[in-house]
Amino acid sequence: MVLDQILVIIGGLALSTWVAWYFWFSEKEAVKIQAAAGGIQEAVIKVKGGYTPDVLIFEAGKPIKLNFVREETAACTEEVIFSDLNKRATLTPFKTIPVELTIDKPGEYGFQCGMGMVKGKLIVQ
Amino acid sequence: MAHDPVCGMEVKVPSEYYIDLDGKRYEFCSENCQNKFALDPNIYIEKMNKVEPTYRTTSDGIEKLTLPINGLHCTSCVNTIEREVKKLPGVRVARVNYATEMAHVEYMNGETSTEAIIGAIKKAGYQTGQSTLKIGIRGMYCGSCVSKIEKELKQKSGVISASVDLGTESAIIKYVPGLIQLDDLKDVIEKLGYETYPIQGFKQEKKTIEKETKGKVEESADENQLAREKEYKTLMRKFIFAAILSLPVILFSYPDLWGLPEQFQKGTELLTYIWLGMAFLSLPVMFWSGSQFYSGAWAAFKNRSANMHTLIATGISAAWLYSAVAVLFPEIFPSEQLADVFFDVVFVVVALVVLGMALEIRAKGKSSEAIKKLIGLQAKTARVQRNGKETDIPIEEVVLDDIIIVRPGEKIPVDGEIVDGSSTVDESMITGESIPVEKHIGDEVIGASINKTGSFKFKATKVGKDTALAQIIQMVEQAQSSKAPIQRIVDNVSGYFVPAVIILAILSFVTWYVFGPVPQIIYALIVFVTVLVIACPCALGLATPISLMVGVGKGAENGILIRSGEALETAQKLDSIVLDKTGTITQGKPSLTNVITSNGFKEDEVLALSASVERSSEHPLAEAIVRGAEDKNLTLNDPKEFNAVPGHGVEANVDGRKVLLGNLKMMNKFSIQLNGLEEQSRRLADEGKTPMFVSIDNKAAGIIAVADIIKPDSKEAIAQLKKLGLEVVMITGDNSRTANAIGKQVGIDRVLAEVLPEDKAFNVQKLQNEGKKVAMVGDGINDAPALAQADIGLAIGTGTDVAIEASDITLIKGSLKGVVLAIQLSKATMKNIKENLFGAFFYNGLGIPIAAGLLYPFFGLLLSPLIAGAAMAFSSVTVVTNANRLRRFKPKLK
Repeated sequence: MVLDQILVIIGGLALSTWVAWYFWFSEKEAVKIQAAAGGIQEAVIKVKGGYTPDVLIFEAGKPIKLNFVREETAACTEEVIFSDLNKRATLTPFKTIPVELTIDKPGEYGFQCGMGMVKGKLIVQ
Repeated sequence: MAHDPVCGMEVKVPSEYYIDLDGKRYEFCSENCQNKFALDPNIYIEKMNKVEPTYRTTSDGIEKLTLPINGLHCTSCVNTIEREVKKLPGVRVARVNYATEMAHVEYMNGETSTEAIIGAIKKAGYQTGQSTLKIGIRGMYCGSCVSKIEKELKQKSGVISASVDLGTESAIIKYVPGLIQLDDLKDVIEKLGYETYPIQGFKQEKKTIEKETKGKVEESADENQLAREKEYKTLMRKFIFAAILSLPVILFSYPDLWGLPEQFQKGTELLTYIWLGMAFLSLPVMFWSGSQFYSGAWAAFKNRSANMHTLIATGISAAWLYSAVAVLFPEIFPSEQLADVFFDVVFVVVALVVLGMALEIRAKGKSSEAIKKLIGLQAKTARVQRNGKETDIPIEEVVLDDIIIVRPGEKIPVDGEIVDGSSTVDESMITGESIPVEKHIGDEVIGASINKTGSFKFKATKVGKDTALAQIIQMVEQAQSSKAPIQRIVDNVSGYFVPAVIILAILSFVTWYVFGPVPQIIYALIVFVTVLVIACPCALGLATPISLMVGVGKGAENGILIRSGEALETAQKLDSIVLDKTGTITQGKPSLTNVITSNGFKEDEVLALSASVERSSEHPLAEAIVRGAEDKNLTLNDPKEFNAVPGHGVEANVDGRKVLLGNLKMMNKFSIQLNGLEEQSRRLADEGKTPMFVSIDNKAAGIIAVADIIKPDSKEAIAQLKKLGLEVVMITGDNSRTANAIGKQVGIDRVLAEVLPEDKAFNVQKLQNEGKKVAMVGDGINDAPALAQADIGLAIGTGTDVAIEASDITLIKGSLKGVVLAIQLSKATMKNIKENLFGAFFYNGLGIPIAAGLLYPFFGLLLSPLIAGAAMAFSSVTVVTNANRLRRFKPKLK
C-alpha cells in the first residue's frame, strides 16, 4: 500500500468519524423559554435549513406560542408538524406564523417538517 | 306596510293574517307567524318595544350608552346589574329595563369606558350582546403602528377592546354589533393608512374574481398557494436555464460519443478552452439554478443537521472542484487520463433535481385539495335580520341568535334551527348523503349545505369555530397532522439517513481509491458523487404523510372523519365489528309497521281509534301509533275515561266506543275472544316487532304492531362487512327474541342480547380477549365506554357529541355503509403507504449499493452520476404521484 492510499484511508476514516460526531452525537444547545406576563411562553423559531433554535425547554401546563418565521422558499420546510400533539401549520415564506399549544404532561415532543428531514424538539418540564 | 312582529318581514296592510290584542292590530306574513304570536304574544310585543342600542356624547361631556343584555330572568337581576355599574367611577346613571333587556348608562367621558361597563355587567353575572372579530391589516411595520391602531379603535363607540398583533398582521376586536359595524371598524383602520382584509373569505374571493376575469375559474388561491406557485415558476426558470446550458456541455463532454471532429477530441487545445468556458458557465448554474442547495445545506449544517441539499451540494461541488483543477492545473495529475472533467454532472444533476423539486411542488399542492375544498364550502356572507331590516353581512359578523334568511339555491351560512318556513336542503357536502333532506320549523340546518326549494329563516345556534364545518376542518387537519404507527420505521431511519449516506460515500471513495481499477481517483470520485446524488431522503420522508393526507381528506369528502393516522392504520387490521342495534342498525325510533284487522273491522278505523287512545300516553310506542295515524291523515279524537292498566295496556272511551289496547294478558283480563290473532301476534314478534291487540266494544278488532325499523341499507352494509372478512356481532339491551329476529333479518349470526349499557364495554373486551382486533359502532351516550374500549370506535355522527368524542372515526351520515367505506378507505390508504414505503426503501436500499459500485466486480457495471441525479429527482415525484392516485379512490358501495 502506497502513501497516498494510506493517507486517503486515514482521511476518509477521520472525515467519517467527524460527520458522525457532528450530525449525531454533538450536543445541541437547548433554549429555556421563560413565561411572559399572562403566563404565555413565547418563542421565535427561525426556519432556514432547520429550526433555530431547535431544542426548546418549556414549563408544563402554561400556554406556549411558537412564532415560526420561514426565511426560505424551499418546499421542504413548508409545513411544520407536531405529530404527538396532532398539530400542523403551513409556514408561508417570510411571514410569522404562530402555533399555539398547551402541553400539560412533561416529556419530549418532537416537531418536524412535512418530510421529517428537518427536526426540532420541545422539552416540557 | 307593517312589520311582522314574529319574523320581522314587511307585511302589506291589511294582511290576511292578523290578531287584535289590547286595542292594537298585529299583522303577520303567514299563518305560521300568526300561530307563534298567539302562543305567547308578550315575547314579541316586548321585542317590538325594545330600544335599539345607542351611544352618544352630549356637549357637557356625558356619554350616554344603551346596551343590550342577555340572560335577565327576574327583577332582582336588574338591581344587581345597576349596583355593579354604579360602582364604576364617573357613572351618573345606570338603569336596566327588565322588559326591553336594555341597560342605559350615563357616565363622564374619560372616567370610565364601554369596556369597564361591560366588565361590570359581566361581574354581575350577565352578558351583553357582543361579538369578536378578527381583521387582517397590511402595512404595519413597527410597534407604533400597533399602538396607533389600537388607540383609535378603542376610542370608537361600541368597541369593547382591540388588540393588534404585528406578527400575524391582524387585529382582534370585541365590539357590540348594534353600536358599530364591521365597515366602521375597517374605516377606522383604513383612515390611518393601512389596508384591511377579513382573515377568512375576502381575500380568496378577490383572487377568484381576478382569475375569473382572465377567462378561467381556478381554485381559490390562498397565500400559501401563491407562494407555492411562485416557487414552482422560479424552479422551472432555473431548470430551463440549467437544461439549455447543459446541452452543449453534454456535447463536448462526450466528443467520441457524438463523433465530433478531431479538434474537439480529448487532449486538444480547443477542447481545453471549451472546458475552461464550461467551468465558468457552470458557476451561474451552480449558484443560481442550484442556489437553494447551497443555502439549504449551509443552513442545515449550522443546525447540525443534513438534508437533501447537503447531499446535492456536496456532490456537485466535488465534481466541479475536481473538473476545475483538471482544466486549470492538468500538470498536477500524473497522467492525462486522470485530468478528466465532470461538468456535465454539475449541469445535469442541478437541472434534473430542480425539475424534480418543481414537479413535487405541483403534485403536493394537489394532495391537500380536500381541506381546501372543505374551506371553500364556507359561505362568505349571510342575510341577517337585525332591527327589522335585512342586511347582507360577512359571515364573520354573524352572532348567536341572529335570524338568518335563506332563499332557494343559497348556501346556508352557519348552523342553526329553522324558526320559519320549510325547504329541502342538500347536505351532501357535509354528510355525503346525496338525497336532499326535508326541513321544517324546529329542524337543524348545517352551515355550508345548500337550500334547494323554499325560503326559510333560521336562528344561528353555532357560529365561527363552533359550526359543524369548522369542526370538521379542524378534525381533518388534526388527523392529517397525526402519525400512522407505520411511520415509526421511517422516523427511526430518517434521523440517521443523510449523515449515513455521506459516510457511505466517503467509505466508497476510500474503497475505490485503495482497491479500485486504474484510474482509481476517477472511479472513486464517480462513486462518491453518484452515492450522494442517488440517495433521496425526500422520498422516504414523504412516503407516509402524503398518503395519510390524501386518505384522510378523501374520507372527509365522503362524510367519514378519521381522527388519527393510528385509527386509519388499525381499521384495516380489524377482525370483528360490534354493531349497536338501536340507532345503528335500526332507525332508533319506533314506527308503526302493521295493522291487522279481524271481525270485519276496517284498518283505518282500528288505527284511528287506537291512536286516539294513545294520544294521552307518552310512551315511545304510543307516539309511534299516533304518528302512524297522522301520516295517514286520520282524524283523531280525545279519549275519555282513559285508564292505564300496568303491565297490561290501556283502556279508554273514544266517540262512545270502548277501546282496549294491550297484550295477551289484557285481552284475557277482559275475556276477549282473539279468534286466531295470537298466531299472527307470535309471527310479528318473531319478526322483531312489538304487537298489541286491539279490542273495540269488547270484540277483537285486530293487532297493531310497532317496531324500530331497520335502516334501508343496513343489510347490504353488513353483507359487505362480512365480505371484507369481518365477523359481525350485534349488541343490544333488547330481549333475545327481538334481538335474534333483527339479527336474522340483517344477516348477523352472533347476537349479544340483553346487555346492560354498562356491560357493553365489557363485552367488547371479552371479544378482544379472544385475540381479536375489535371495532365498535354506536351512537348513544351509553355506547361511549364501548367505543373507547374498542380498538376502533366508530360513531354514527347523527348521534351524540359524547359518542363522537369517544370515537376514532366519525360517520357523519347515519348509515352503516360508512363503516364499509371507512374500512375500504383504510385498506386503500395503507396499501398506498406500503407501496410508497416499499418504493422509497427499495429505491434507496438498492440504489445506494449500486451507486457505490456493488455490481462492478461481478458485471463491470458502474452507475453514471447523471442517471443517479435523474433517479433522485423523480423518486419523490413518484411517491407524491402514487399518493395522489388515492384521490381517485371510489367506494365499492355507496
